[in-house]
Amino acid sequence: MSITSAALTDSRIMLRRNFKHILRNPFTIFNGALMPVVIMLMFVYVFGNAFNVGERYVEYATPGLILLAITYGLSATAVSVSSDMTKGIVNRFKVMNVSRGAVLTGHVVATMLSTSVAVAVIIGMAFALGFRSPATLLDWLGAIGIIVATAFAAAWLTVALGMAAKTPESAGLTVVPLILLPFVSSAIAPAAKMGQGVRQFAEYQPFTPIIESVRGLLAGTPSGGYAAAALAWCAGIAVVGYLWSRATFSKRA
Amino acid sequence: MTCSKPGGTPCQGFVSAARQGRVRGGGDGGCMRNTAIAVSGLRKAFGDKIVLDGIDLDVHEGTVFSLLGPNGAGKTTTVNVLTTLMKADSGRARVAGHDVATHAKEVRAVIGVTGQFSAVDELLTGRENLQLMADLHHLRADEGKRVVTSLLERFDLAESAQKMAATYSGGTRRKLDLAMTLVTTPQIIFLDEPTTGLDPRSRRTMWNIIRELVSDGVTVFLTTQYLEEADQLADRIAVLDQGRLVAEGTPDELKRQVPGSHVRLRFTDAVALDAAARVLNGSTVDDASLTLQVPSDAGAKSLRALLDRLDEHSVDVEEFSVHTPDLDDVFLALTGHASTEAIAQ
Repeated sequence: MSITSAALTDSRIMLRRNFKHILRNPFTIFNGALMPVVIMLMFVYVFGNAFNVGERYVEYATPGLILLAITYGLSATAVSVSSDMTKGIVNRFKVMNVSRGAVLTGHVVATMLSTSVAVAVIIGMAFALGFRSPATLLDWLGAIGIIVATAFAAAWLTVALGMAAKTPESAGLTVVPLILLPFVSSAIAPAAKMGQGVRQFAEYQPFTPIIESVRGLLAGTPSGGYAAAALAWCAGIAVVGYLWSRATFSKRA
Repeated sequence: MTCSKPGGTPCQGFVSAARQGRVRGGGDGGCMRNTAIAVSGLRKAFGDKIVLDGIDLDVHEGTVFSLLGPNGAGKTTTVNVLTTLMKADSGRARVAGHDVATHAKEVRAVIGVTGQFSAVDELLTGRENLQLMADLHHLRADEGKRVVTSLLERFDLAESAQKMAATYSGGTRRKLDLAMTLVTTPQIIFLDEPTTGLDPRSRRTMWNIIRELVSDGVTVFLTTQYLEEADQLADRIAVLDQGRLVAEGTPDELKRQVPGSHVRLRFTDAVALDAAARVLNGSTVDDASLTLQVPSDAGAKSLRALLDRLDEHSVDVEEFSVHTPDLDDVFLALTGHASTEAIAQ
């Protein structure tokens, strides 16, 4: 078997393993999908009308809530990566000539799959709450592209954070900044209405261009600048996450 | 996998494969045996803490070699280096003729490792864990299934095969762990403290499994904290203390260096103690605890003779116990300090 096809086979085996983990522990996917739904209901029905966002709140907030659907599931990934690293099973894989990247790829792809479920739930929920979009099929594809790129980048960064964590418990905490970051972006409320300092942070942090580009696409008014910035951020984060996890993986015995 | 019952014929495929391509003879008293593991001058430090301080080992094919030592002696580090998980700072280690530092892939192809911390996937069932190993070894589907089923039977795991490994007891988990190592037929198996934390019954089961492996012709590198375990299983024992080998030899050679077994007698008062001390030659008196230590081979015959003698002189014994040398005795005899001190330092 060639090296590439062995790596692909191993990654597929690892993905199947991670997928079984998710099915055995459905709470993780429940958590990833349920929390954003709760937040959606709270903001749309409780706080939303208090914010003046210049359009119907559910339409404003949906792109940001999609992001939350991505980030909320990440702690499960970090915990599961850290469990692998700390519970000895990874040493078994290492002494077995399993392709080096397979363990990591398995986690990344499994995360993206469970994330897609959460994102689909949130989008379905948004429609149920009255979300309507003038977006064309092409706009939708663009939005999905950016969402997938974001999920990919977030998954690699999370795998790296899980790898670096000392215990599974602390691994769950390392992704909390990632979960909080969308709140300090234009996800829930426009950055322009935030206080000095927070506003600048919101404007320059990666989630804002990601959310704004998805928002533009779903509103039928795509913005090339935001999309380029969003994809650049995703690429950068994914590369950092990938290199960091590879390095940690080979370092930790 | 050609499993054989103890005393049956070892797997032919393995023996011929193991005999090929290696010329270094062990010269073990005329019995031609090849070297499975050769280690010289192995050193490893973590920061300024020296963990391995120049280790030399020579393990012959088809034998059980036991590395005996307390916690912190460097046993796991040695295993990690030999199994390519960790790089040594200096020294050479060859496993099945391959250098572990430069030919890790070749080494991994012929070894099996069951580490100190059970390396099973807790969220998978026993069967799924074994299937995962079969898949990762790229076995054909039908062959993988056959191997998995036969291992479940051989290790008495069939009943719990459909249960998640997280629900397994410590002993069952270790069995599954070892079964996962045996999905392919490794030439050399590393067992890092395979019975630590197991109850006596599971320990016996594990010993029997290890003996079966050896009768199949596998080389076993075993680390343990228990002298009894090394004594039961190993052809050769090396005693590791603070990163240095302090003794090496057959179990008998090693035990000759250690104070033999003895009988300890406790009495209700000093009068009885003195009476007994007069009757039993070569005994050591401990006035404070009212005990008497008598060298003995711990055999039934000599014990009966000893008790008869006390009876003849009407000496009442409050408590009677037989002590065989344990790791602490070995350490005291070989290093002049107890094994617990090794941890403290």
